[in-house]
Amino acid sequence: MKLKEIAHSRTGDKGNISNVSVIVYEMGDYEKVKNTVTADRVKEYFQEIVKGDVKRYELPKIGALNFVMENALGGGVTRSLAIDRHGKSLSSALMDMEIDLPD
Amino acid sequence: MRTIRIGAGAGYAGDRIEPAVELMKNGRLDYIIFECLAERTIALAQQEKLKDTEKGFNPLLEYRMDKILPLCAKNPIKVITNMGAANPVSAAKAIKAMAQERGIRGLKIAAVTGDDVYSNIGQYLELTVMETGKKLKEIQTSIISANAYIGMEGIVRALKENADIVITGRVSDPSLTVGPLMHEFGWEPADYERLGKATAAGHLLECGAQVTGGYFADPGYKEVEGLWNVGFPITEINENGDITLSKLPEAGGVVSTATVKEQIVYEIHDPAMYLTPDVIADFSQIEVDETSPDHVLVTGATGTRKSGFYKTSVGYQDGYIVEAEISYGGSGCFHRAKLAEEIIRKRIEHSNIHMKDFTIDFIGVSSLYGESISKSLNPNNLPSEVRLRIAARTSEQKDALAIGQEVEALYTNGPAGGGGVRVNIEDIVSIASILIPESDIHIDVLCEEV
Repeated sequence: MKLKEIAHSRTGDKGNISNVSVIVYEMGDYEKVKNTVTADRVKEYFQEIVKGDVKRYELPKIGALNFVMENALGGGVTRSLAIDRHGKSLSSALMDMEIDLPD
Repeated sequence: MRTIRIGAGAGYAGDRIEPAVELMKNGRLDYIIFECLAERTIALAQQEKLKDTEKGFNPLLEYRMDKILPLCAKNPIKVITNMGAANPVSAAKAIKAMAQERGIRGLKIAAVTGDDVYSNIGQYLELTVMETGKKLKEIQTSIISANAYIGMEGIVRALKENADIVITGRVSDPSLTVGPLMHEFGWEPADYERLGKATAAGHLLECGAQVTGGYFADPGYKEVEGLWNVGFPITEINENGDITLSKLPEAGGVVSTATVKEQIVYEIHDPAMYLTPDVIADFSQIEVDETSPDHVLVTGATGTRKSGFYKTSVGYQDGYIVEAEISYGGSGCFHRAKLAEEIIRKRIEHSNIHMKDFTIDFIGVSSLYGESISKSLNPNNLPSEVRLRIAARTSEQKDALAIGQEVEALYTNGPAGGGGVRVNIEDIVSIASILIPESDIHIDVLCEEV
């Protein structure tokens, strides 16, 4: 199943750092998503794009994870050569990640 | 309990004006904030000011004020905006002149200054640039501006002097909202819990429609009614700092727990440490609750202390970026685009073109996500058209031009059926961020009256 079936997401940018949220629709899925979508897994998924560390922060009361990805925007919005300088489209890629949720 | 209603009138420099006008007419607002300053906008504005000392404020200031001023005169809604950019004092004078031309009286317009620290730049050369980890002195000769993100202090002072319109330069985005709340409720600058809540309100307002259904819709998953006519957000905040977010019922868009959650996490890093000049806000225990359709209650934000440092954007000239594109269609289009890539690489290798950085993308195949993700999303990778994009950063304009010429030459010298060449060259102003001590900042408020 794609992550998109149970969660939604938005990307933000600051300098050369991109942050992508993963927010579950049903709070009951939060722990499962937390156990499945780890910082390491997101770093591996975006390895061609994200050159720095990926840290994960938790906002349990709104069922959200926040992945903060360093050195992710080709040097930053003002000087990146990428077509999507802000990385706005990264959330859509993350939502297409295939996940296998334990019951 | 007393409440204050603050609306958003813009979420970025070029945002629509109609939703702001609707909010001012029908939103029962006490304040409206216009956030119009992206990271490098102010550096570009400083260049305008160098050419003309009366300029350097938001180019849409007059367009917006033309619509807003008659409404300010009619309703007691106060306007707070960072449209002053590099020159809030001239912006305030321009607004005064516009009010006089329209026969509008009884308005006080305050300019907040103190964010421009360019004259101190010599003291900061040993500081580390946050983006690169290198010392600022490495780009010393290219620096054109330095503006600190200042906090709510100048806005609060302007409101104490009964300003109707407050115009600032670089102010942290949430401070545009924190200022009026501090003023109205008389909160203490060390009441970090309430400052954290006010910062949450500001954070939710600062991107305009991004919390009312913009940047959200995904048909089949996340539906938004009337997105073409999306309304801007309204926050109603009480003395405890509880926030209710809504929109005008007649406007398009949606305010739901989902739109609000997405915007809470937008552009934050550690949710327990959201740094602004006013407070280190903590959004980690925030809660949301839909109290009625298109009304969401936000509680649980707090704050811990102040960092004592101000993030400062140093603008510097960073050469040129050239982008050149050509399209191929039909079967085999990707192979022809690949052949064009090979030609461009060899041409550049055999030339004396100097580049600092270079990239080639296949739009329609892998331009957004690179090869591995793109292949997993579309295993056959066979588009019916593909657009080849070459982008490079150069120190000199002549090298950028030469790259554009190489792509244009693919028309007659490249693979079959290449069409639609476009070349764009920009001179680049980049931003290096540093942290400077609070004691270097001297805020002032200058008022104009009509």
